[in-house]
Amino acid sequence: MTTASAFDRPVVGPAERRARRKAALHWIAVHSLGIATALFFVLPFVFVFLTSLMSDQQALTRDLTPNSWHWDNYVRVLDTPGFLTWWRNSLLYAGLGTVLVVVSSIPVAYALAKFRFRGRHLSLLLVISMMMLPPQVIIIPMYLFWAKQMDLSGTLWPLIIPMAFGDAFAIFLLRQFLLTIPNEYIEAARIDGCGEFRTLLKIVLPMARPGIAAVALFQFFYCWNDYFGPQIYASENPGAWTLSYGLESFKGAHHTDWNLTMAATVLVMAPVILVFFFAQKAFVEGVTLTGVKG
Amino acid sequence: MSTDTLPTKRPAGPAASQDGRHTLRSKRVRSALRTVAFMSPWLVGFGVFFAYPLVSTLYFSFMKYDGLNPPTWRGLDNWSYVFSDLPKFWPAMQNTLWLAVVMVACRVVFGLGVGLLITKIKTGTGVFRTLFYLPYLAPPVAATLAFVFLLNPGTGPVNSLLEAVGIPAPSWFNDAAWAKPALTVLAVWGVGDLMVIFMAALLDVPKEQYEAAELDGASAWQRFRYVTLPNISPIVLFAVVTGVIGAMQYYTQPIVAAKVASGKMGGSGETFEPGYPDDSTLTLPQLVYNLGFGRFDYGAACVVALVLFALSMACTALLMRRRGGLIGSGD
Repeated sequence: MTTASAFDRPVVGPAERRARRKAALHWIAVHSLGIATALFFVLPFVFVFLTSLMSDQQALTRDLTPNSWHWDNYVRVLDTPGFLTWWRNSLLYAGLGTVLVVVSSIPVAYALAKFRFRGRHLSLLLVISMMMLPPQVIIIPMYLFWAKQMDLSGTLWPLIIPMAFGDAFAIFLLRQFLLTIPNEYIEAARIDGCGEFRTLLKIVLPMARPGIAAVALFQFFYCWNDYFGPQIYASENPGAWTLSYGLESFKGAHHTDWNLTMAATVLVMAPVILVFFFAQKAFVEGVTLTGVKG
Repeated sequence: MSTDTLPTKRPAGPAASQDGRHTLRSKRVRSALRTVAFMSPWLVGFGVFFAYPLVSTLYFSFMKYDGLNPPTWRGLDNWSYVFSDLPKFWPAMQNTLWLAVVMVACRVVFGLGVGLLITKIKTGTGVFRTLFYLPYLAPPVAATLAFVFLLNPGTGPVNSLLEAVGIPAPSWFNDAAWAKPALTVLAVWGVGDLMVIFMAALLDVPKEQYEAAELDGASAWQRFRYVTLPNISPIVLFAVVTGVIGAMQYYTQPIVAAKVASGKMGGSGETFEPGYPDDSTLTLPQLVYNLGFGRFDYGAACVVALVLFALSMACTALLMRRRGGLIGSGD
């Protein structure tokens, strides 16, 4: 061993050096794997975006990057008849749907999480069954009900109205969240003479804000992404199509124009991704709630 | 069962006074009314949007009904038609089961891998996590369109890249043997939800167990096998069962992929038969749609719907049996 001076490196034995090298290699391996995985997740977005900026001719070739950047493709998409209507319909469906689901699901979730009553377990079981039910199982009678009895086919109302009666997934998610709120708070409010409804409004709701945000986001994206619902009820009336449903027919109308189709695809994805960047925490919280907390 | 509002026991309180029985009873009634009031949106929703249509589906499965002429009794004819004379039923069943096994297995294994990876990443964790999660958010129709383009045998970048490195590239959505694997790639791309669930579970594994295993000289694989897996097994099971339930509802991606890849959009005049190519992407939910809204054979559609119902409820029952670990009863 050499004598240490202030300019020497700290003394490192061979064992420690080996451990350090191992740690460095481990760091490099993990991060290379991370970058490779990130490429798998990100490259599709990149290729879609690059193609959306190609000229009509170049989009038919195997080129990966545009020769010249055709930002006007986006203007052409927005100018396509119907596109802005679909956008508005999507906002209407997703916006109204979200408000209705949140308002109608909160009291139900609260009762399931914090009341004790006969049939509580059965109710929860039925909520979960509803959540797991493929929508196609009951679509024939539902369609007949809305189209023949209510005469509402060709509109989005058959999709929006049911949201005023609670959504099983929202109820379940909110209940999971409300379970984590200590009963002492509710107890205390009640002892102070607070009515049950006011307790929910003044005490529980402010504490449940992250859970409500998660539910609202999930509901918004469910409606924004829904394809089956609009296909069933709105397919005959293009004026009632949503972006998710119209996007596919957009490819049909622009048969070979992959550049325009990809530009439209970007326009459908963009709001979702933008909202995500503002509300990451609520999302991750929601996903975790469905699977981990019990 | 007590009528207490909260799971915690409370002292009897003023109810024990002179007219205690009276107050107790009116309290009980009030508590029941309150429960009904809070539950009422869902009670209506359950009846109108679950119980009634489910019973109707069963009813229509025994009827001949096309939506125009009044329904007439057909007995078990719809059932025998679907099971023995409908050529598309068994392919749809096979495809659904294939997706439930292969697609779910790929998603769970890959989701667990990515979840493990993200817990090991020490630099830029937030960036990596966001990038891994983003595809899960992509609207299914948009994501499917993007993948039909990316995997397009003629002009798609994936095949260009594959051929550039000398790998013979398949025709993906245009080849009956490759259409389901192509859908699986799409599903694996959107694995962000499972990543988050696994990540949370992995971070919950007690550190001491790893330290103890390390002291015992356990290898990395042994630590995973004997410490990690047992700790996260409820979450793995949850991911598998909810994945299978998801596979039972798998609809948007295969139908959009088939429409776009075949170039038959089912617009005015032309009828679109789902499953392109060669019924390889036909699933049970699509068959319900096709029978009901393509052929107006509501009876047969309801039979397939009930098969779907039975399969889904069997999976749900599996979830509920492990309720303590998976759903949580709240007690």
